[in-house]
Amino acid sequence: MKIYVDVILLNTKDGKIKPLAIVWANGVNYAIDKVSQITRAASTIAGGTGMRYTCHIQGKSRYLFLEEDRWFIEKKEA
Amino acid sequence: MERIILHCDLNNFYASVEVLHHPEYQNIPLAVGGDIEKRHGIILAKNQLAKKAGVTTGEALWQALQKCPDLHIVRPNFTQYLRFSKLVKMIYADYTDQIESFGIDEVWLDVTHTLHLFSMSPGQLADTLRRRIKTELGITASVGVSFNKVFAKLGSDLKKPDATTLITHENMESLVFPLPIEDLLYVGRSTTHKLHELGIYTIGDCAKYDVTILKRRLGKWGDYIWRFANGLDNSVVSTKQHEPTVKSIGNSTTCPKDLNNLEDVKIVAYVLAESVAARLKEAHLMCMTVAVGVRDTQLHGFTRQVKLHQATNLSDIIAHTAIQLYADHVDFSLPLRSIGIKATDLIIEENPLQLSIFNDQDQTTKLLSLETTIEQIRTRYGFQSIQRCLMLKDPVLSGFNPKQEHVIFPETYFKG
Repeated sequence: MKIYVDVILLNTKDGKIKPLAIVWANGVNYAIDKVSQITRAASTIAGGTGMRYTCHIQGKSRYLFLEEDRWFIEKKEA
Repeated sequence: MERIILHCDLNNFYASVEVLHHPEYQNIPLAVGGDIEKRHGIILAKNQLAKKAGVTTGEALWQALQKCPDLHIVRPNFTQYLRFSKLVKMIYADYTDQIESFGIDEVWLDVTHTLHLFSMSPGQLADTLRRRIKTELGITASVGVSFNKVFAKLGSDLKKPDATTLITHENMESLVFPLPIEDLLYVGRSTTHKLHELGIYTIGDCAKYDVTILKRRLGKWGDYIWRFANGLDNSVVSTKQHEPTVKSIGNSTTCPKDLNNLEDVKIVAYVLAESVAARLKEAHLMCMTVAVGVRDTQLHGFTRQVKLHQATNLSDIIAHTAIQLYADHVDFSLPLRSIGIKATDLIIEENPLQLSIFNDQDQTTKLLSLETTIEQIRTRYGFQSIQRCLMLKDPVLSGFNPKQEHVIFPETYFKG
């Protein structure tokens, strides 16, 4: 399932974007400690395709997708 | 130097894009099809499970449901398909600039002069393309690799889904020659029939046949098909900048209900004529000939055309001409299911026009500025914001926008 999220971004002077934090629905900010990979990829779990950012948050890695102009994370169906 | 040509065919393209966006459809038979209510009822694409159940592209939705009662049918989302088609082409563009589209989901790539840059064999490049399409976009492709376009296309049809097939001079006799003749590009039903009469059942039969007899029987097509069968096709893969010249602009529609009389036809004809005229104006073209096509409820159809006295891009004139053609040639013994209007003999808008003393040129100029204004209003406020009064007589018949809804067109192999 796709979970669309708000993301706090840094727009760099050379035109790149870097996600800094994910804003969860309850208003809590989860800071992204490191982005280890950026690649175009399909999301096999949630569906769709976009730029996939491998983000490290509180010691865990999580995919964050930018599909056209919206960000989402994947959630496995229960 | 021998050419290296790839033909990439995205497998079950529409259905694959739908499944990607709806993982819950992964394990159920799925088809992308028209709208049963509006009677645009054919299967456009299906996934492997539906294919196994016998569902075929082009059949009516009710036929497909009879074969496969659990079939899940979704409405097409052309915006999404066009987006994916563009994304796939961005991947191809990493390897060559000679990319020729053949419909929305097929392309030829000529990598003869760029392959050395990637230190890969043609087969490895094909596998790389498939892997990238799969991981980056989540859909699969079949790739045919050969020394000409026709065999490359044959190759991509041989193994599906997600496979590479190489056709070389060495293996063409064992791989291509045993295939039925109708697998060859441009061998349709009627050509197959003619070839069968000559005792030609496989591509190999055709390749070994006397070309002069083929030419006598089929005209220039005989020569084309013989060359195709022997791998002698030397047509080039056009560069991606190549835009084919437009030869006609037309729209047609299957109506939500049957058209029983000229009044019904008029309503639909005006909608179609407005779309054709708007597209002519956008392309800065005018037409000298208006053609109409009809199809009745038994699916029999015909086309008729008439030459105009003066070139036009006005919906009023196109509609009047078309309606006159319908009035002259349709007797409504059977109700009509679909109708179409096409503008051909196109000329550039700026060309000098020969005026006629019998035509009221002032009226034409007035109409042109009226239609331009209407189109501006529609661009700003939507298609339905301004309409002819006639449209209100039957909103069911007039409630479509052919200009925006029909965005994907068939293509021909013989371009330019």
